[in-house]
Amino acid sequence: MDETKSALKIAVLVKHVPDTQFDRHLQGSDHSTDRSESILSELDEYALEAALQVIEAHGGEAAGHRVTAITMGPAAAVNAVKKALQIGAHDGVHLTDDALAGSDASGTSRALAAVVRHLGDVDIVLTGMASTDGETSLVPAQLAELLELPQVTFASSLEIGDDDGAWRLSARRESDNYAETVECSLPAVVSVTDQINEPRYPNFKAIMAAKKKSVCTLSLADIGLDASQVGLEGSWTRVEDAQPRPPRTQGTIITDEGDAGLRLVDFLAEQKLL
Amino acid sequence: MATVLVYIDNPGDSLHKTDRELLTLARILGTPAAAFIGELSPAVAEELGTFGVSSVYQPSTPGLDELLVAGKAAFLSAAASATQAAAILLGNTFEAKEIAARTGIRLASGVITDAVAVSEDFQVTKSVFAGSYTVQATVTSGTPIVTVKANSVEVQPAPEGCVPETHTVDVDVPAAAARITSRIEKAASGRPTLDEAQVVVAGGRGVDGNFGPIEDLADVLGGAVGASRAATDAGWIEHAAQVGQTGKTVSPRLYISAGISGAIQQKSGMQTAKVIVAVNKDADAPVFEIADFGIVGDLSTVLPQATEEIRKRKG
Repeated sequence: MDETKSALKIAVLVKHVPDTQFDRHLQGSDHSTDRSESILSELDEYALEAALQVIEAHGGEAAGHRVTAITMGPAAAVNAVKKALQIGAHDGVHLTDDALAGSDASGTSRALAAVVRHLGDVDIVLTGMASTDGETSLVPAQLAELLELPQVTFASSLEIGDDDGAWRLSARRESDNYAETVECSLPAVVSVTDQINEPRYPNFKAIMAAKKKSVCTLSLADIGLDASQVGLEGSWTRVEDAQPRPPRTQGTIITDEGDAGLRLVDFLAEQKLL
Repeated sequence: MATVLVYIDNPGDSLHKTDRELLTLARILGTPAAAFIGELSPAVAEELGTFGVSSVYQPSTPGLDELLVAGKAAFLSAAASATQAAAILLGNTFEAKEIAARTGIRLASGVITDAVAVSEDFQVTKSVFAGSYTVQATVTSGTPIVTVKANSVEVQPAPEGCVPETHTVDVDVPAAAARITSRIEKAASGRPTLDEAQVVVAGGRGVDGNFGPIEDLADVLGGAVGASRAATDAGWIEHAAQVGQTGKTVSPRLYISAGISGAIQQKSGMQTAKVIVAVNKDADAPVFEIADFGIVGDLSTVLPQATEEIRKRKG
């Protein structure tokens, strides 16, 4: 372990979300998400892998570094943490409280920020680029604002290095128009894209080892939040109505007999798309 | 009428199409004002005037661009307070959504992303689960902050233009921010961006490494080039072209899917397109279930034939 710097504590936020391989549904008068067919969000696996790679590059668990998987939600949400433990997180935290149901991004961010504060000494809060259910990408930026930490979002590569005895983070980001490098000191809130790595799969040994890892269950009272700050009551937005989109119907299907390109152009002309 | 503040980020020498859309929407909803980052050129000031913007707010501190989001959010929230804005509109890029997110925390205001319509009482229409549902959402606390998808509003200048006045807003830049240490601009392709394009031609595994036919058809239609995850993962085209759940969600007037089977991840990125055309060798490809016009055939012959025919017809 590097003598000058403290051991890294990385909190990875994981979410139990409806499997995107199947149709997803809203339910009830509050139009909440039906979570009956849920799994660890695919995009969170990249965050977990990034956390594991960061600590492995600096001596791993033996050097005192730790990766904690955090989730919030009803009883079943703990499955996202359990999967994270199998993949390699060292311990887990499950924030669960009936009052959390229906939290929007702001309510979710307030709750997660309170969990991070409760843990204390977190060097990096790592997340995926978006949840695959809400799909808003608001939470990492809101966490950074609430925790008053630098945000490094949509990182496509990540490096933690030395800066005069303190940890320093450097990341690459890419958009349609540019590629850039950003830097900040730790602690920081970081989100990573699905381009950053190839997440590992848990093997049998890791699955067995995960059974011995601890998951700490917290309530709102434990993290010093009031029920009015989260859930439907504490959310700053409300879904008034939700209608399933009418399914698309199949149109004309033809088999190419040498003139399909021309027939395509006829179709586009008919649709006034040329 | 109440002020509706539009966030405009570095338009350069002329406003972006999305800026014009937001300004049009702001004028429908109230009196448009601009929270403006960057150099305000005389041409852009004049253009803002044509959309009825009488007040342009700029940050007191230069260099907000060098910080990741934190500084811009501090500016936008200060501008919102200065204008007593009734609502704030931004574009729907990742950065704009994050600026909205942080401004929401600063103003204790709700944020709604991916809006496709906003009514006069600020009820927002958006789609969720990648187009599976259309929801109506409202902000229940603070100033509604809404990020609006491109192509949701038809651009319309104000009946009477005006000459905007500029105001400076004091910004307390947060100390805790990541700094952008280098930025390399990518060469402009000359094509519209995926978000803004009215036509998208996308290729997948079936292009087998050659995006030429896709690009040619996109160009003759004035469209953007998209790709499935399989194609970007194979390195045939840059990741920024990826359409799908972990890429971009597009809703153009025309989406042409070529050599893409149309697994649910891809489908969720494009199922809100007005017209979907699919070309695939495999008659059982799921994309045909949602195609308005499907061709079972080889894209490497079908697309060039279509491209040639369109060129001919256009003369």
